[in-house]
Amino acid sequence: MALERKQKARALHAGVLLLCALPAGQLAFAAAQAFSPTPPVPPPLGANPVEFLEHSTGLLALRFLALCLAVTPLQRLGWKRLGRYRIALAPYRNALVPYRRSFGLVAFGYASIHLAIFVGLDLGFDWKAVGEDLAERPYILVGFAAFVILAALAATSTRRAMRRLGRRWKRLHRGLYLAAGLAVVHFAWVQKADFREPALYAGIIGVLLLARVVPALASRRRAGDSSRP
Amino acid sequence: MPSQRRGMIRASEITPREVFLKRREFLAAAAGAAASLGGGTLLLGCGADASDHREDRSGRGSKLEGVIAGPQALSTNEKPTGFWEATHYNNFYEFGTDKADPSENAGSLRPKPWSVAIEGEVARPGVVPLETLLAPLPLEERIYRLRCVEAWSMVIPWVGFPLGALLSRQGLTSKARYVVFETLFDPEQMPGQRRPILDWPYTEGLRIDEAMHPLSILAVGMYGETLPNQNGAPLRLVVPWKYGFKSIKSIVKIRLQEDPPQTSWQRMAPSEYGFYANVNPDVDHPRWSQRRERRIGELAKRPTLPFNGYADEVASLYAGMDLRKNF
Repeated sequence: MALERKQKARALHAGVLLLCALPAGQLAFAAAQAFSPTPPVPPPLGANPVEFLEHSTGLLALRFLALCLAVTPLQRLGWKRLGRYRIALAPYRNALVPYRRSFGLVAFGYASIHLAIFVGLDLGFDWKAVGEDLAERPYILVGFAAFVILAALAATSTRRAMRRLGRRWKRLHRGLYLAAGLAVVHFAWVQKADFREPALYAGIIGVLLLARVVPALASRRRAGDSSRP
Repeated sequence: MPSQRRGMIRASEITPREVFLKRREFLAAAAGAAASLGGGTLLLGCGADASDHREDRSGRGSKLEGVIAGPQALSTNEKPTGFWEATHYNNFYEFGTDKADPSENAGSLRPKPWSVAIEGEVARPGVVPLETLLAPLPLEERIYRLRCVEAWSMVIPWVGFPLGALLSRQGLTSKARYVVFETLFDPEQMPGQRRPILDWPYTEGLRIDEAMHPLSILAVGMYGETLPNQNGAPLRLVVPWKYGFKSIKSIVKIRLQEDPPQTSWQRMAPSEYGFYANVNPDVDHPRWSQRRERRIGELAKRPTLPFNGYADEVASLYAGMDLRKNF
């Protein structure tokens, strides 16, 4: 029975991962049409396909970052004992935990595509222009910093890295909040006048951060109280 | 789980058919919800509709008759941008801030009947119906480059008349040193104006010598047809050596005055948008580079030219001015 449950969970997880990759597939398919010698009218990615690809992959990265940060709060919300009642949204206690790593890696994947499109399609691998943009455009530097953090977290996302880093692993992976914050700043900084969309993501990530900080502070205070003589 | 002998299952342990069917329904619904989160909204939430491949004729105006070719020297022979692109990739915040919004929302604009108030330092001020305003002015075609401040560009065959011709007809006083234009303010017709994204009504201006320059035109059409609403129907300014935001759309007021005006983008972000807004590859937008631009329809970026390639015609207007300060 336990084995069967595990298998089911794995199959579901694989299915979810497939869904996460679906937007990439859709974009690749549409891009193949948009960049064909005879693109259809209206073009599948709009009048400015490079901008569309850049924008949508960046947004996907941000959305999966938010999803990744939502896993633990959801897990806690969804598995709670209130006196003799139990709220259970997941089939068992740590059912959602594997999704945290997956969503984080998917976010890193979309961030990588986003960066590749910027360097390859937008700047045409003009490394001088890449250097200029990094040096002169704070929003690009901020976005790149977020990417570097995501890369470091992706590289240390294995079980082995987790074991090797021990307690430092947790501290390192709190960097995800920093990466998400930088990503929102990066997003807001390119807007001309309408800041509603970046504000929405700032709000979501802020709430998710509070959902972690407030219980942590509360438990620390509780721990402090009990240690008093 | 109670231990059972192999092969023996109590009837009470068998999940009733309705229940497991319900569970399947639930799983299918959950998968559907996940799919719309993962695929649908995640991707299609950002704009283009990939499903419709037919040529969209909506927003096409009526054909303009009697259009003469403008002076050859003022038109470019570069390939015009596709009509679909030119009418579905627009900055017209009165209809929403996404570039696909104007083509979707501009249907609520009523460009007919239309009149324009001409006021201030003119000999003959008044509110002029558009037909009356157009009657004495022959329409000509001008194929211009259009460079947006966002580092993309198009080539548009406009139909219009020189702004200078209209101003001369109205008779300028000696105090007429600046021309100020205003877009319609009517949140009923322009739903984007319900929110204070910009300080409505949209306001733009030119120095009088810029306005009288033969390149400056008021357009009533493009691609041989009347202007689609999303491109600024029924009357818009086109100043090809300046960033696109100077070329104000759906004009209801033209005022001549002695003092320099405050334009909408200047009020919004004075450090980023100046009064002149001449296309200049050497003066970057504070947040992005203006050295290169993407011509819509092309993949690789091309270098941006000073005054958008019209330096020979207009650079003399700014002789002796520091263009870094007067951006």
